[in-house]
Amino acid sequence: MTNIAPAASPETLIQMKSVNKYFGNFQALKNINLEVKKGEKIVVCGPSGSGKSTMIRCINRLEEHTDGHIIIDGNELTDKVKDINAIRREVGMVFQSFNLFPHMTILKNLMLAQRLVRKTSKAEARETAMHFLERVKIPEQADKYPVQLSGGQQQRVAIARALCMKPEIILFDEPTSALDPEMINEVLEVMTDLAKEGMTMVCVTHEMGFARSVADRVIFMDAGEIVEEAEPEDFFLNPQNERTQKFLSQILTH
Amino acid sequence: MIFDFELIADSIPKMLMGIGLTFQLLFLSAILGLILAVLLLLMRISGKWYLSWPAQVHIYIFRGTPILVQIFIIYYGLPQFEFIRDSIFWPILREPFGCAILALTLNTGAYVSEILRGGVLGVDRGVLEAGAALGLSVRQKFIYLTVPIAARLSLPAYSNDFISLMKATSLASTITLVDMTGIARTIVSQTFAPYEIFISLAIIYMILTWVFQKTFGRIEKYLSRYVKPEGLA
Repeated sequence: MTNIAPAASPETLIQMKSVNKYFGNFQALKNINLEVKKGEKIVVCGPSGSGKSTMIRCINRLEEHTDGHIIIDGNELTDKVKDINAIRREVGMVFQSFNLFPHMTILKNLMLAQRLVRKTSKAEARETAMHFLERVKIPEQADKYPVQLSGGQQQRVAIARALCMKPEIILFDEPTSALDPEMINEVLEVMTDLAKEGMTMVCVTHEMGFARSVADRVIFMDAGEIVEEAEPEDFFLNPQNERTQKFLSQILTH
Repeated sequence: MIFDFELIADSIPKMLMGIGLTFQLLFLSAILGLILAVLLLLMRISGKWYLSWPAQVHIYIFRGTPILVQIFIIYYGLPQFEFIRDSIFWPILREPFGCAILALTLNTGAYVSEILRGGVLGVDRGVLEAGAALGLSVRQKFIYLTVPIAARLSLPAYSNDFISLMKATSLASTITLVDMTGIARTIVSQTFAPYEIFISLAIIYMILTWVFQKTFGRIEKYLSRYVKPEGLA
């Protein structure tokens, strides 16, 4: 949230080296190599079942990779619970289905992890929570329950909840796919603001407008592989791989 | 036949003298049973076979046999063993009250642990993932996310079990306890008027059931304050 010169910083936050992931006999990720530097915005796209979600879920170990190395901010993801929790503190995540805590008010949703994980005082946690609710423009909803909010509002709360932990990186797993069309923009606006402030972001999304205006790099995945990786301009105007061309022609003609 | 209203009017207050014992049996075994149920649940979901196995055996035995038989086994059967007569539990197991509490507790514990397990399994996986992604430990996720959500999901089934338990307390009268049913049976043996007495007794239980249902309904409503009312899409 401080001013970080985007992409200019040499610090690598996410490093995936030769990562493979199997579900039983099915190989969901094939030899994934990815590097994300501090302040970079990466958009991941590809047909459904291509492993996009699996890939970002491996980054905060909601899925366990079978082999290869994942290094987050210098710490390798291993089986050690302590390391996993340390990494999760630095990596925020926003889900397709919002996943707010249904039994807590919006404010409590934002305070819970601050209190339990960051051990923040109650007053400070509340202040941080209200600060980020204002950032996503819904401070007036603080005392409501998630179910009383629209989908777009819930997703903005979910983003605020992730921000409250002051993460180094935020992962977005199809954040607008479950939203009614008229609510997509309010969420994208918040994400665009975040990007402008220099947050490191990895977004799985099919919002190509967002990819164009925000992404430093677009990654196209198919059948568990990274097929193409390019700057948005090149990616959309001059895709190299046949599979990318086919995918783009399918989503852009409608 | 003639319905003897005077007899009813006379015997209802007498039967109500046993309501204290009925409540003692009910609340004590409900509380102990809930503790047991949580223990059994934790054993079952521990993922360790040497914990989950005994829990499953317990649940199978106590759900698979009639509670009346369980009461008889505990009351008539346990004193046959010398090590039980020598144990520190003998002062409790010597008394029919202790036996009834033990039987009701073991029985309701088995049922309630299954009810709670249903609640735990009903917690949305995405919510737990969100907790994990924020860095909550396994224990923190369980306490702050699973427990409150599962409690709400379990409550309707739990209130059913609680009412079953209330009715099961009447079986304690078969091992000499003088609860409401025990008193009713005594009155019947003196008056030979089973019809009036047992109908009055049934009405008392129905009133109690109504009160408990209303109470649970209120708790349910409170716990469901965050759930969208039906029909509101």
